[in-house]
Amino acid sequence: MDDYVIEMLNITKDFPGIRANDDITLRLRRGEIHALLGENGAGKSTLMSVLFGLYRPDGGSILKDGKPVTVSNPNDANALGIGMVHQHFKLVHNFTVLENIVLGMETTRGGALRMDKARGQVVELSKKYGLSIDPDAKISDVTVGMQQRVEILKMLYRENDVLIFDEPTAVLTPQEIGELMKIMRGLANEGKSILFITHKLNEIKQAAQRCTVLRKGQCVGTVDVADTSVEQMSEMMVGRKVEFVLDKQPARPSERAALRADRLCVRAGRGGKLAVKDVSFSVRKGEIVCVAGIDGNGQRELVYALTGLIQPESGRVFLGERDVTKASVRERNKSGVAHIPEDRHLHGLVLDYSLAENLILKGYYRHPFQKFGFLRFNPIRWHAERLMNDFDVRSGQGAHTTTRSMSGGNQQKAIIAREMGEDPDVLIAVQPTRGLDVGAIEYIHKRIIAARDGGKAVLLVSLELDEVLNVSDRILVIYEGEIVADMLAAQADAQTLGLYMAGSRGGKAV
Amino acid sequence: MRLIRRALSARGFASALSSVTAIMVGLLVGFIILLVSNPRQAVAGLSIIASGGFTGGMKGVGQVLYYATPLILTGLSVGFAFRTGLFNIGAPGQLIVGAFAGIWTATNCQWVPQPMLWLFCLVAAMLAGALWGAIPGLFKALLNVHEVIACIMCNYIGMYLVNYLIKNTNAYDSLKNQTVDVTKAAIPRWGLDNIFYSLKGRYHDVSSVNGGILIALVLAAIIYVILNKTVFGYELKACGFNRNASRYAGIKEKRGVMLSLIIAGALSGVAGGLMYLAPAGGLHINVVEVLSTQGFNGIPVALLGMSNPIGIIFAGIFVAYIGQGGYYLQRMEYMPEVIDIIIAAIIYFSAFALLMRQGFDSLARRLGKDGQR
Repeated sequence: MDDYVIEMLNITKDFPGIRANDDITLRLRRGEIHALLGENGAGKSTLMSVLFGLYRPDGGSILKDGKPVTVSNPNDANALGIGMVHQHFKLVHNFTVLENIVLGMETTRGGALRMDKARGQVVELSKKYGLSIDPDAKISDVTVGMQQRVEILKMLYRENDVLIFDEPTAVLTPQEIGELMKIMRGLANEGKSILFITHKLNEIKQAAQRCTVLRKGQCVGTVDVADTSVEQMSEMMVGRKVEFVLDKQPARPSERAALRADRLCVRAGRGGKLAVKDVSFSVRKGEIVCVAGIDGNGQRELVYALTGLIQPESGRVFLGERDVTKASVRERNKSGVAHIPEDRHLHGLVLDYSLAENLILKGYYRHPFQKFGFLRFNPIRWHAERLMNDFDVRSGQGAHTTTRSMSGGNQQKAIIAREMGEDPDVLIAVQPTRGLDVGAIEYIHKRIIAARDGGKAVLLVSLELDEVLNVSDRILVIYEGEIVADMLAAQADAQTLGLYMAGSRGGKAV
Repeated sequence: MRLIRRALSARGFASALSSVTAIMVGLLVGFIILLVSNPRQAVAGLSIIASGGFTGGMKGVGQVLYYATPLILTGLSVGFAFRTGLFNIGAPGQLIVGAFAGIWTATNCQWVPQPMLWLFCLVAAMLAGALWGAIPGLFKALLNVHEVIACIMCNYIGMYLVNYLIKNTNAYDSLKNQTVDVTKAAIPRWGLDNIFYSLKGRYHDVSSVNGGILIALVLAAIIYVILNKTVFGYELKACGFNRNASRYAGIKEKRGVMLSLIIAGALSGVAGGLMYLAPAGGLHINVVEVLSTQGFNGIPVALLGMSNPIGIIFAGIFVAYIGQGGYYLQRMEYMPEVIDIIIAAIIYFSAFALLMRQGFDSLARRLGKDGQR
């Protein structure tokens, strides 16, 4: 007899026009790490929202410790000991770590806050589970990794014993991911039960004991992770075989550089420190050059300077032979630069615009989208429908869907469709597969390689070593704003790259 | 008609419902104040307020439209800026500067052929308002000074400047401490006086409504088209929704900020022009240290109209309607000050309740979003 702490039996949930969960059964054992695997839009988040009381299921039942329960809001979930770390953290940025943890459960005496007791408990919890935090730092000042530990402590402080992690690794660096895996295993050893939503297979291999796979709202099955290969799991998830090693012809770059940076220095913000220091490199037509490095080593500023979002302190940027250092974003776009931005919500999309409106964000001022200053809605819609078809962008109400309501993966595909649909000469792609599932990643990688084979110059900025090694032809490693290595991808391996990225192999590029 | 239907169905039934709910909450608050100040006549008083301009027959309806004219325009001014992500709280200043420019040209540019003089003055009012909107726009675009601060300062500067200029120009009637009559530049009535009047025996008691309301309606339609149908509107809205994405797309957002506040200022300027160039013993700018109410009321009008030009037309008319109801409330035993409080409470609660409703809506949307994953 298995000891299940949570059982979700035959859960069905309908939304207008779509059945998000269709007769799904998920059983969580006490003290296990249970992965929930599925592509974007497979129904993982919906299922967890049902468990967390954000949605009421249309069918099925939920059992806690074998007894049926109703969870009609997050407070109910909390009372049942169910806690959740959301993909986008729910923290108050100008509160301290401690204040965030106790928020809503403040210890008071006579109406006045008494933090000492809470502080003691929080410090004790953080020691017990190895969650190092600084209780008095403001959230806006701490790293994303620490913000996540604060979220975990929030659950622990509320004495939750069922912990839901919604794609917790999407925002973390490789080191932080390793750290998180360790923390999760520690929590499980202490008797907490963990539901781990993800679409990264190697993380499941590392951390989870069992894995339930969803596809298109249906449960494909639950497997023991130890007995199942990564390939089998991905096949369950996608419904077909996925190629992990890309079939890629050797690059045949032309001699001419399509994009060139010459001794570029860029400051982080006005009067900030120098984030990019004396960086020179070139990207030729028909090759994919990857800038690898740990987040925050100047990649952002480098890309901003290349695309015209900020002016470099010194140095020059060339497109072909043309000096575009002073050129505006619009001029660079017109000269054939496409930019897949790092943050799709900050830069990539106007979330309150419809999909069709977002797909013309770079070209709305051109024929055929306008005539005499008036937008032409039919060509705009046709354009959107063509791109949606070409790039497999799915949305609830077609081209008129508000982008805000689309899933992250489809939002990203929309950006990629817009940028690559312009047939650019130079493609600057910053973490183009961030937060996407294997099927989508494979697709985007193929697209990028196809663009290269079509004679485009591609600059790829990525934090994921697999992506760096699989996709690129040449690798530049950036560390603290300097290019510390320049090597052919064929000669690179994960160990060497890792050392360069961590800065333990200094020196200039060879 | 098609235009109106499409505009309203865009956000659909829910937004109309929320506006009506908001108005109900406002009326309820008004009723409470009526009860507190004079319980005996509270029910009768509320019914007078609720029947608004209709109490005065066709003349009353005309008066509603007359008072709605500047409200629609300042509402458009605020609402247009809202849509582009800016809070134009400077409508009172833009309005009064526009009004003075209109009156000054009316007194000093008599060389313009008389039938066209009003139009000439109105353009002057519009330009002056645009200039007054351009100042905070310039500060925002070049120095990143928050537009609310700059607009508030421009309100006071505008008011005192106009007071000063009135006293030192030939537009000053020193006996009455106000601006001179500008009947020569009066806005034509375009036959509206033959519709909106009450019969007193054989005498036509005409309302003050004039061509201004038609001009306001046309401007609302133009703003609607700019926002929804043009490349320019697309750029401005993109800046309003997401400034970073606009920069990323190569839109010149600083230019957008400037133009948005210039257009907003121009609309408020026209509001001022239409108010003070109204025919038949129209209004005069009094030399007093008070900011224009019509300017400030643009904010609740824009909120109640959900920043939609067509919605703003109805919101402007509603606010004028309630105001007119307050005017007729003087027949009861209510002090004018209490009436002002009641009317203000209804207007502001209408806008405030709507804001809360918007909060609920966005909450529902956010919950709905997770569901589509």
